[in-house]
Amino acid sequence: MLVNEKIAIEHGLKSDEYKKICKLLKRTPNITELGIFSAMWNEHCSYKSSRIHLKKLHTKGKKVIQGPGENAGVIDIEDGDAIVFKIESHNHPSFIEPYQGAATGVGGIMRDVFTMGARPIANLNSIHFGSSQNKKTKNLLRGVVHGIGGYGNCMGVPTIAGQTSFDSSYNGNILVNAMTLGLVKKNKIFYSKAAGLNKPVIYVGSKTGRDGIHGASMASASFDDKIEEKKPTVQVGDPFTEKLLLEACLELMAGDSIIAIQDMGAAGLTSSSIEMASKGNLGIEINLNKVPCRETKMTPYEIMLSESQERMLIVLENGKEDQAKKIFDKWGLDFAVIGKTTNTKNIELFFDKESVAKIPVNILVENSPMYDRRWKKSKLPKKNKINKTEFNNFKIKDVLKKILSNPNICSKDWIWEQYDHTVMGDTIQKPGGDSGVVRVHGSEKAVAATVDSSAVYCWAHPITGGKQIVCETWRNLISVGARPIAITNCLNFGSPENEENMGEFVECVQGISEACKYLDYPVVSGNVSFYNQTKDVGIKPTPTIGGVGLLRNYKNMITMSFKDIGNQVLLIGKTEGHIDQSLFARVILDEKKGPPPEVNLFNEKNNGETLLNLIDKNYIRSAHDISLGGILTAISKMCIKGNKGIKLKKPKYLISEIEYFFGEDQGRYLIEVNPKDLKEVINILNKNSVHYDEIGTIIDNDIEINQKTKVTIDELRSYNTSWLKRYMA
Amino acid sequence: MKSSVITFPGSNCDRDMDVALTKFGFKNKMVWHDDQELPKSDLIVLPGGFSYGDYLRCGSMASKSKIMNSVINFAKSGGLVMGICNGFQILVEAGLVPGVLLRNKYLQFICKNVHVKVDNKENTFFKNLDKQVLEFHIAHNEGNYFCTNDQLKEIEDNNQIAIYYCDQNGNTNDQINPNGSIKNIAGIFNKEKNVLGMMPHPERMIDESLSGEDGSIFFKNLLNNIK
Repeated sequence: MLVNEKIAIEHGLKSDEYKKICKLLKRTPNITELGIFSAMWNEHCSYKSSRIHLKKLHTKGKKVIQGPGENAGVIDIEDGDAIVFKIESHNHPSFIEPYQGAATGVGGIMRDVFTMGARPIANLNSIHFGSSQNKKTKNLLRGVVHGIGGYGNCMGVPTIAGQTSFDSSYNGNILVNAMTLGLVKKNKIFYSKAAGLNKPVIYVGSKTGRDGIHGASMASASFDDKIEEKKPTVQVGDPFTEKLLLEACLELMAGDSIIAIQDMGAAGLTSSSIEMASKGNLGIEINLNKVPCRETKMTPYEIMLSESQERMLIVLENGKEDQAKKIFDKWGLDFAVIGKTTNTKNIELFFDKESVAKIPVNILVENSPMYDRRWKKSKLPKKNKINKTEFNNFKIKDVLKKILSNPNICSKDWIWEQYDHTVMGDTIQKPGGDSGVVRVHGSEKAVAATVDSSAVYCWAHPITGGKQIVCETWRNLISVGARPIAITNCLNFGSPENEENMGEFVECVQGISEACKYLDYPVVSGNVSFYNQTKDVGIKPTPTIGGVGLLRNYKNMITMSFKDIGNQVLLIGKTEGHIDQSLFARVILDEKKGPPPEVNLFNEKNNGETLLNLIDKNYIRSAHDISLGGILTAISKMCIKGNKGIKLKKPKYLISEIEYFFGEDQGRYLIEVNPKDLKEVINILNKNSVHYDEIGTIIDNDIEINQKTKVTIDELRSYNTSWLKRYMA
Repeated sequence: MKSSVITFPGSNCDRDMDVALTKFGFKNKMVWHDDQELPKSDLIVLPGGFSYGDYLRCGSMASKSKIMNSVINFAKSGGLVMGICNGFQILVEAGLVPGVLLRNKYLQFICKNVHVKVDNKENTFFKNLDKQVLEFHIAHNEGNYFCTNDQLKEIEDNNQIAIYYCDQNGNTNDQINPNGSIKNIAGIFNKEKNVLGMMPHPERMIDESLSGEDGSIFFKNLLNNIK
């Protein structure tokens, strides 16, 4: 097949990109080569619109062993242990085929982690659906949850935390972001950089089929009316094979025969081989006839572009082939020597003894397009002039009921009870808390992880929104007693070719970076997902942040459930009653304008570190950060989980009760303190200039909001737990 | 006391079981499914997981593994065999305990704490247990126990029902039945009571920091009974 510009454009390349290819090659590419270029130069693989902005992220820190650029990031958790982690999107395929899309998202991110030698110890996910009124939402939610569970459960890796949101901006583009943490010894981390000449290049895992061809290109374009036709581009997952691949790889990694290893994810054999060669500044030669294929008569083009799952590429030390093969035979997996490293700096492919592609690696990688797209600066919206006398008309109990049963606040146990969250026997904080916590097997340490996003805040003002999510994950970790170490980010946006969407991206990244730098909480891995849009309508900007922290002694972990009657509850951080962009404004007032709550990084850091100090001193019985829904929502959750009530004190502020209880000011926590420790706690808070209010006393069975309003814990629980179950029934 | 845990391709609670058995004083060995011989053991455990990816039917391919011949002979000669979750499914497929395990009634995977009532203490697994109701943890997609009426009669006549799903006070009813199992059955013996299959995972309840500690009670008691 002769290649021309028209065919190049059908491959998702732009006309000038095609011209650039011809110029760099000094000839017209053949069809296999064109396929390789299209796979390497699409948005998903090349980060061509985001690269220049991602450089601004804060990625360095004392605990960072490996920052962005590898299969996953790595952080030091002391005693020779390290945590490998990353979050990744699988949005486009999950909308087209929710079960397989979500399942292979989970499979892909786990592979990224065990490629580096780490055994996965926890999974998390952040999933976003359209409005609950949208007719597709229910089936998409069911399919995605089944897919995530189907893969993670079979792998035997606990799913310990997550986030689910509903917003009409996801009606045509759902988001499925999956995150995995793995545990590895610091001196046994594996990288993807090939080294040495004439080293055997090994293919292991599943056979290659025709599934997922052009998956990465599909994920680099907007949806239109014909998306159903794209089903064949969605990969099909086989978690059983991945479990075997995990065990086989870890067994091989226990020895010293691997030089480099890379999983075949997006753009399959193409990107894995080229990345290894590029990082090692080498060439790679592959005989495609040696690639184990599931189907007959597969062409070089198909073999190179297939995104069949559960496959790895390994550069091995010479002479170790037999020993390695034995391990893969034991686990019943394919093992094939398909090529070797060369000094040509070319990727060269042979099929039926003929050279079918020959491209200098640097053309594909270093010369890949990079765009400084036009973007539009955002303005901080003006504060809404809300008529506050109107607030007197609301009954607090009615408002609380509506908020607790709101799809974005309600309990998600219908979801996480379908995920095995206790396998591996180390889960000490289950989903539903501020962070999931797993012990570092066989030690006193534990690792906390959380995942969060605040699309509404990012949409209202991207810089503030970007900062806010980073801070929220920081608070989630501190609330369980963990010291935050680093984050991974999954940047979900609309089309980069749209100035507004691009502006949202640039400014969210700026906000994330500022917060990370201030909090010494670097980004170590992540991915970008653009083109989350259908026709001209993009999603709300949704950067998702996964945060990871360490507990030196798991016995000091904190939960949010109220513990003992008579204990005092303190509110840390200042309450100003910020209603704009709050859940109250959207759900009760139906008001969508105004700025998000301000993020004060000094207060965030100071409040968080002071709370950690109090936790270290063993003064804190329970803790919970205040986020969506404000103080009263946070308190209700502590009551429900602890099966205890609280007698609240009347706010002494000049703001209304509604603003006080439902405002979403940042940097705040609720903490439970035994009366005998109260004086010392207050001392420490004062000494550190942390603002606090004594907000109530824990009692038996009711939440007493004021003299007129009392709600029982059973009522709270029924508000909070019924919506999702009823919706999905 | 010596125990052996069999690892099948796709087992994923094998390590957890090893940790639990070791913690309570068993000398445990891990045995590969493709081995012919069992090490000398006082207890054989078939662990939870997704052996062979649950393909064909849960537990069916694993029940034909090489090692299973030895496990079946061991059981037939009176040796103690325990199958948890997928291990229970394998026991059923191997014909070592009666009945079958269907998909959960609501067609969903369920992971949560449940209470189970111990019905029959005249056996090595539960003898001398000083509790009637235990809090265990389940995590399965196919735990809906089913058998024919004739089988059920035989099972009941022989006191083969080991544990029932119940509430915290030991009441069994439809509402607390998590998966639709006939008669709320969560675990079952063979006729001779030396083989036990159950869906709940005691090995996930062995530390106060985990979902609970009733697994510790179970394992300590089991060790004492074998001694």
